[in-house]
Amino acid sequence: MIAELHDEKLKDLEIKAVKIRKLIIEMLVEAGSGHSAGPLGMADIFTAFYFHILKHEPKNPNWEDRDRLVLSNGHICPVRYATMALSGYFPIEELKTLRKINSRLQGHPHRTALPGVETTSGPLGEGISQAIGMALAAKLNSKRHHIYCVASDGEQQEGNTWEAAMFAGKYKINNLTVIIDRNNIQIDGFTENVMPLEPLRAKYEAFNWEVLEVDGNNIRAFVDAVKIARAVFEKPTVIIAHTIPGLGVDFMENRFEWHGIPPNPEQAKKALEELRTLQGKIESEHQ
Amino acid sequence: MLNPDLKLNPKLFDDDVEQKATREGYGDGLLEAGIKNPNVVALTADLSESTKANKFQEKFPDRFFECGVAEQNMAAIAAGLGVSGKIPFMSSYATFSPGKNWETIRTTIIYNQSNVKIAGHHAGIMTGPDGATHQATEDIAMTRSWPWIKVIVPCDSLEAQKATEKISNIDGPVYIRLTRDKTPVMTTIETPFEIGKIQIFWTSENPVVTILSTGYMTYYALVAAKELEQEGVKTAVANVASIKPLDEGTILSLAQDSRAFVTVEDHQVMGGLGGAIAECLAKTKPTPIEFIGLQDTFAESGKPKELLEKYGMGTKAIKDTVRKVIARKNQ
Repeated sequence: MIAELHDEKLKDLEIKAVKIRKLIIEMLVEAGSGHSAGPLGMADIFTAFYFHILKHEPKNPNWEDRDRLVLSNGHICPVRYATMALSGYFPIEELKTLRKINSRLQGHPHRTALPGVETTSGPLGEGISQAIGMALAAKLNSKRHHIYCVASDGEQQEGNTWEAAMFAGKYKINNLTVIIDRNNIQIDGFTENVMPLEPLRAKYEAFNWEVLEVDGNNIRAFVDAVKIARAVFEKPTVIIAHTIPGLGVDFMENRFEWHGIPPNPEQAKKALEELRTLQGKIESEHQ
Repeated sequence: MLNPDLKLNPKLFDDDVEQKATREGYGDGLLEAGIKNPNVVALTADLSESTKANKFQEKFPDRFFECGVAEQNMAAIAAGLGVSGKIPFMSSYATFSPGKNWETIRTTIIYNQSNVKIAGHHAGIMTGPDGATHQATEDIAMTRSWPWIKVIVPCDSLEAQKATEKISNIDGPVYIRLTRDKTPVMTTIETPFEIGKIQIFWTSENPVVTILSTGYMTYYALVAAKELEQEGVKTAVANVASIKPLDEGTILSLAQDSRAFVTVEDHQVMGGLGGAIAECLAKTKPTPIEFIGLQDTFAESGKPKELLEKYGMGTKAIKDTVRKVIARKNQ
């Protein structure tokens, strides 16, 4: 059962989302490589998951009855790492080890390296299938936890995605909710230029899924969508979450050039200034 | 003579030796594993009957998942089940799984350390009339290069049954390689089976060559060894069911005794059993070695025995190769 999202909690989540964006920038500039736009765009959804939606225990990451959050597009892992650190899985200072030798924070997330990371991911199109496997196991064991899978829009181009969609439709995997980060960009450009995905909603509907669409940068709207998804009993649900890649940093927003690169120190400074201003704005609204 | 300690089939060399496909042994072993452990689940990609997973399917319909013709999805679903406490056995033809879905397995099962058992069926030219598209002849090479995995190639249906049951009790990914056609049953219920152990099925007194074979090809190696003995050439035949982990201790001791090897496998000569043995010898005791298998080529449609002859992998080829390696050794 997902709790009611009161106004005060919502403001707290919005501030946390900005903090996570700042951590993402700090991690990436320190690492010197990695993806910027996707993680920034997904900060609101990850905040909503770790601080409101998920049933989890950061100090007991292998708790059997936890909800599973599978990250299919592993390259946006900075947002997952930052959110996990902020919610208490590991010390925030450890974020600085991203992509460095002897780190638990691999460039693409690795399940056995960091407790709480549910799958090893990076190669695209594989997360929904793995989430289905977890959902089947939960059903076989009569467990009530829920499986969430975050996937990118670009990886809808992988054939494996549609193999998984077909299977979930057939087996009516109703303890699974997939969230597609519909940010319209991928490495080589805009998705609709590289390989058009639209009509994406109709595709999933045709595969016997319930489809919801939501503003993925609106925490309340997203939480409400997840509640609706959880109430759908007869089929799997996908939430197409429209997000703005790079959100919070003006020069990165909606720019596919920022898909796969980190900021340099100067750009990071500018980005952090913008984010500090944003945080101040939300905080003053709160008071 | 046949190794009496292993309690091999006394009718092994008879014309009417029992013939049974290793895939049947897989089906029996999977069913048995499923009866013993409720966490065993099975998946196939539209090949339930053909991979003999149907025996499990009939008994445990709720623990069986038909994935349709979608091997990548099957592998990643199995990965998700495997990290959730289940013991998934996924079966398809080896050209498709672990062929087509190689990277999916690499990422979601091997690196992810999910407890999945990968059964690759219709391996080798023994697949016969279906042709080279369906004859997996690279699967040992492409699986054994993965870290941590175990690679098992049973020599007959009974060994396949024992191996299938045994791997259900091992934590971690395993690849088991199986064949379509009926092949001679060389072992008995009493023959021991242990992962990581080479078994000497046959030896003449003071052998001058060791034939190391894997899978059903061990039968042809044994026939060759028996004929060679009658012709005055002394050999030993070692059945290598476990390509990985490889029994390096036994290989070293065999190399010290016979000082010449012939490897025999229904697989490309590169990267398979022969490759694994050669790697081992090169770092322990460099020894003359010859390789029976596909020589950097695809095969074609035909009856399995016709193909073995045409591609230089039958009894005659093994005997000729033994003589060749003896000549090299004596140079």
